[in-house]
Amino acid sequence: MPTIFLEKEDVTKTVDATTLKEVYEKLNINSTTVIATKNDELIIESTKLNSKDKIKILPVISGG
Amino acid sequence: MPCKFCKTNPVINLPNSEINLCKSCFIKYFEKKAIKTIKQYKLIEKNDHVMVACSGGKDSLSLLYVLNKLSLKERKIKVTALLIDEGIKGYRDDSIKDAKKFCKEHKIKLHIASYKKELGKTLDQMKSQNPNKIACSMCGVFRRSLLNKSSRELKATKLATGHNLDDEAQSILMNQLRNNIALSSRMGPRTGTGKDPRFIPRIKPFYFLTEKEVATYAFLKGLISKFNECTYNEDSYRFEIRDLLNNLEQKYPGTKHSLVASFIEILPTLKKSFKGKSIGICKTCGEPTSSNICKVCNLTKEIN
Repeated sequence: MPTIFLEKEDVTKTVDATTLKEVYEKLNINSTTVIATKNDELIIESTKLNSKDKIKILPVISGG
Repeated sequence: MPCKFCKTNPVINLPNSEINLCKSCFIKYFEKKAIKTIKQYKLIEKNDHVMVACSGGKDSLSLLYVLNKLSLKERKIKVTALLIDEGIKGYRDDSIKDAKKFCKEHKIKLHIASYKKELGKTLDQMKSQNPNKIACSMCGVFRRSLLNKSSRELKATKLATGHNLDDEAQSILMNQLRNNIALSSRMGPRTGTGKDPRFIPRIKPFYFLTEKEVATYAFLKGLISKFNECTYNEDSYRFEIRDLLNNLEQKYPGTKHSLVASFIEILPTLKKSFKGKSIGICKTCGEPTSSNICKVCNLTKEIN
């Protein structure tokens, strides 16, 4: 299962998902509020994921 | 689906459309959209000295990057940066470092004005002495005033802020729900007429770009540092409106664009309706105000 690092929360989770869209759905993340990277490259919701992928999710909302 | 134009790996799916763009095409799209807003609303003209309000965060560094690039191309525009140090321990220190580093790398003059020097106290001190006051409300009043005052002293002709489409959509909805249309009439991509020399006109080149687009641009340009949240996050009403709009956007893509687009349609009428209130001089400090005493002086008196 892909490993997902949530930067704002500073936690890492594994999620049973084959696309980024599924990750957002399973973690209840609103896609308009985040951007995501795989190997430091930005990816979009339809990007296919494999079990060894390490995904980083970054908040787009300003911190104050 | 690959990039619409060059068929390579996409980095974003544009909001409110089925279009995917790769890094290079997105950067072109983003900069073109900001420049289009600048031209369409005459935000920047020849010989302007544009002061960019710079917090060191992704929005203001992206804006500084785009406007500096423009000034290198169109030599008759001068771009400098102004950072307001509110004195928030554990938050502002890191972003000051980011802003200094960025400005040094890009050879941009950075001015820093602080609450401590200008008002005699940091925001942390104000809050600890007035725990019942909302920090964001105090900070907003002082920051707006100091940005204007410092820009004027530094002889800027425009004050550019990194406000994006999300910020504007939130403000429009908040004013509507609070029946504060007079406040909405003073919004838009450009505010302040420029007729009163005490007010530096404010411009928002990212007015039609979403927060996600700005974050994407900042990431691609290496302008995002670690997520850093202000220790005061007390404007809970704005956060509720932000979450409401983001939930609607997720369900009905294009909601925020529609809200801002319809607002732009009625803005000329709003401006006409609320025109006429003359700006006077604060009896205490001499700064421009629509009352006898300005908000800064009233608040300073309250919290001292």
